[in-house]
Amino acid sequence: MIVRILGEGRYEVPEGDLPAIEQLDATLVDAMERGDEAAFSGTLADLIGQVRHTGTLLPADDLRTSELAVPHEGSTLAEVRALLAEEG
Amino acid sequence: MSVMKRLSGILQAKANKALDRAENPADMLDLSYEKQVENLQKVRRAIADVATAKKRLELQATQLQAQAQKLQDQAKQALAQGNEDLAREALSRRATLADQLQGLGTQHQQVETQLQQLETTATRLQTQVDAFRTKKETLKASYTASKAQASIGEAVSGISESMSDAGMTLDRAQEKIAQMQARAGAVDELIDTGALPDVLGGGGDDIQKQLDAASQSGQVDAELAALKAQMGAGGGGLPAGGAAPEGGGDAGAGEGGAS
Repeated sequence: MIVRILGEGRYEVPEGDLPAIEQLDATLVDAMERGDEAAFSGTLADLIGQVRHTGTLLPADDLRTSELAVPHEGSTLAEVRALLAEEG
Repeated sequence: MSVMKRLSGILQAKANKALDRAENPADMLDLSYEKQVENLQKVRRAIADVATAKKRLELQATQLQAQAQKLQDQAKQALAQGNEDLAREALSRRATLADQLQGLGTQHQQVETQLQQLETTATRLQTQVDAFRTKKETLKASYTASKAQASIGEAVSGISESMSDAGMTLDRAQEKIAQMQARAGAVDELIDTGALPDVLGGGGDDIQKQLDAASQSGQVDAELAALKAQMGAGGGGLPAGGAAPEGGGDAGAGEGGAS
């Protein structure tokens, strides 16, 4: 599956490594709901690290689209909330 | 719900919206290409803005550091003059500066990350734009075939998604620049209003004034004592009454000579 890290690029992540990423995603949601800034930034850093570690960076001239997107490295809780608010 | 899925959905929605205006595949390719070039220019401008903001932060940090050092020296000088209250005042102002410096340090780190992200974005975007330009001409040459139409759609969605990512990265950088400028303005104002002593001006530096006044009066005392001693030793007409010099006169003269 192709995962994009905003501001960085797209990674091809093997299906077998997705559960660990989804788990971190769930922890991130939890931290957001609790408004726990420290847990949020720690989990986001872990999530980005996991995608980089298990995935393979796609060359820039590969024009395929991604299916999942991770917020920018170093994003704050408020920034991500604002990004997600654009949904509606 | 998953942050990653929601974010991906927003990205795709932005990408699709950007393509709405195109009516036929060939136009879509050209329009998309124009947008890419435009976006790339925006990213490059943002890089220049962030670099400027970074320089400003560095300049302010240097300025604040110099002021902190000066206050430290002034505290020592005040203590040497036996003025503990003035030393305390200097140190407490220094503590305020240390807070500001820490804030600037954190911001500097954020700016550095922004700069890296924007530079990565620019490099990757440039490669993508080049790849897209080549592909665009190939696709246009054969776009009547239904298969080619599907490929055009894919290529355009792919590049369009990257454009949306670049747009979001750009927005984020611009927001940070605005925050940084607001903070830099606040620090400048703090320096201007004299809440912090101006390192260059000296005019608004009340601690220095008190120190100078103290060392000046020490110097006058010392000169007076020297004069009295000289006249006493000369055995002149004037009586050498009160020949004993005031205490601390020598130390004061030493400090005065250093400034």
